[in-house]
Amino acid sequence: MRQAPLSPQMTIALPVLGAASILLAWQYLLPLLGVPAYIVPTPTAIFGVFQKNFSLLVDNLRPTLIEALAGFVIGNLAAVLLAVLFVHSRVLQAAYFPIVLFFNTIPILALSPIIILIFGLGMTPKIVIAAVICFFPTLVNMIRGLDSASDNEHELFRVLSATRSEIFWSLRLPRALPMLFSSLRIASATAVIGAIVGEWIGSDKGLGALIIQATFNYQSDRLYAAIVLSSSLSIALFCIVVLIERRAIRY
Amino acid sequence: MQNAIEARQLDVGYGGRQTAVKVLAGLDLTVAAGSFLSILGPSGCGKSTLLRVVADLLDPLGGTISVLGETPHAVRSRRDVGFVFQDSTLLPWRTVRDNVRLPLGVGQGSLTRKIEDRSAELLELMGLGGLGERLPHQLSGGQRQRVAIARALLGEPKLLLMDEPFGALDEITRDRLNDELLALWRRSGTTILFVTHSIAEAAYLGERVIVLAANPGRIVKYLDMQPFKQEGNRCKREDPAIIAAMADLRAALERAS
Repeated sequence: MRQAPLSPQMTIALPVLGAASILLAWQYLLPLLGVPAYIVPTPTAIFGVFQKNFSLLVDNLRPTLIEALAGFVIGNLAAVLLAVLFVHSRVLQAAYFPIVLFFNTIPILALSPIIILIFGLGMTPKIVIAAVICFFPTLVNMIRGLDSASDNEHELFRVLSATRSEIFWSLRLPRALPMLFSSLRIASATAVIGAIVGEWIGSDKGLGALIIQATFNYQSDRLYAAIVLSSSLSIALFCIVVLIERRAIRY
Repeated sequence: MQNAIEARQLDVGYGGRQTAVKVLAGLDLTVAAGSFLSILGPSGCGKSTLLRVVADLLDPLGGTISVLGETPHAVRSRRDVGFVFQDSTLLPWRTVRDNVRLPLGVGQGSLTRKIEDRSAELLELMGLGGLGERLPHQLSGGQRQRVAIARALLGEPKLLLMDEPFGALDEITRDRLNDELLALWRRSGTTILFVTHSIAEAAYLGERVIVLAANPGRIVKYLDMQPFKQEGNRCKREDPAIIAAMADLRAALERAS
């Protein structure tokens, strides 16, 4: 038998209670079980870092935020533009899509040192890594989205003698938006991953660098605070994407 | 009177010229301007294909076809053709009004005449007044088809091609839309080609009915409905003369299937 749906109050209250129960268990149960604080610090200890070292955290958040955001914009923009080119030229798509596909199979961790070799140690290589990691899912989704209009829809526009650019702006692009946004939502998390991976390999600034330093110095409360902050960054990016999506897609 | 459509020995198929599977073979058809032709036939007989050739969405393999005295391409480029699909093909992100206004937004470059924004008048005419700001998913199936017809009429086409437009609707809605369509046709003088699966609908709407058979598609029955109807293509659905004509069409359709 199917369960009755939860009331609106419960659908809000239950996740909060669930999270609270985990946090409580973490705070009180783990120390009781003898898990040392240098491996898993308590939530209050992590929260303490936010009070004690607030400026350190913000200073390291800033470069990661800029890299993730710039990588997100550049990677997705490049993917959208290439998708537009590909759907308008089957020859180009046939010639170059397999190469893009091959490029995508290279693990980002293997690619990152090369990118750092090329672009040096500043912010640029981190932006490039974040952009590369966003690029491929958006390219694939955007190509599918731009091609997702039905035969009847294309025939309708042909009967109206619509030009190629009218078909693009009035049919292909609006049809592609739902698929574009679903990949932008994924990219909001991967862009942050890209920036942090870049910082691991060569940087003394950013959340990635902070994670590495805190790990080597056994400052686990600082390590966990950096993790919380990077995940908050992803969530913030995700929420911005969802807000824009709600405005752009009303049906 | 000039003919709206003249097709001679028309061959249509898909695939290359040599290897093509013929969907229509040696089709001869004349449709008088301003008339209402119903096209009836089993699935796969090429009813929709015929409309697509007339609308310049598909090139014939052989034979000749002229539409309003010109090539289908010339007529389509001037936007003298309107097309209504079985699924309403409304753009889900546009409001009802903006869907009706689509012909104003695209393809204007190829127009020699100016079309006016009659969307308000057409929405009223199709019984959609007050629904202009709705989105398509907020409408019933019958309302969506009304929007599609309003959109096709906005450009004042001389030729209206309808591909099973009411096929997915319930019978009451379908009958109502049949009457509205006939009223529109009488007022506008547009030539209408109407593809349907329904014998009753074909007989009720058409001044003439053709029945197509499949493999390859060809005309197996041509029935002039005017002797069964009154002035202005008017009739009652339950009129014995119409019922008799329907039996005749059914026999032809059974032979064709």
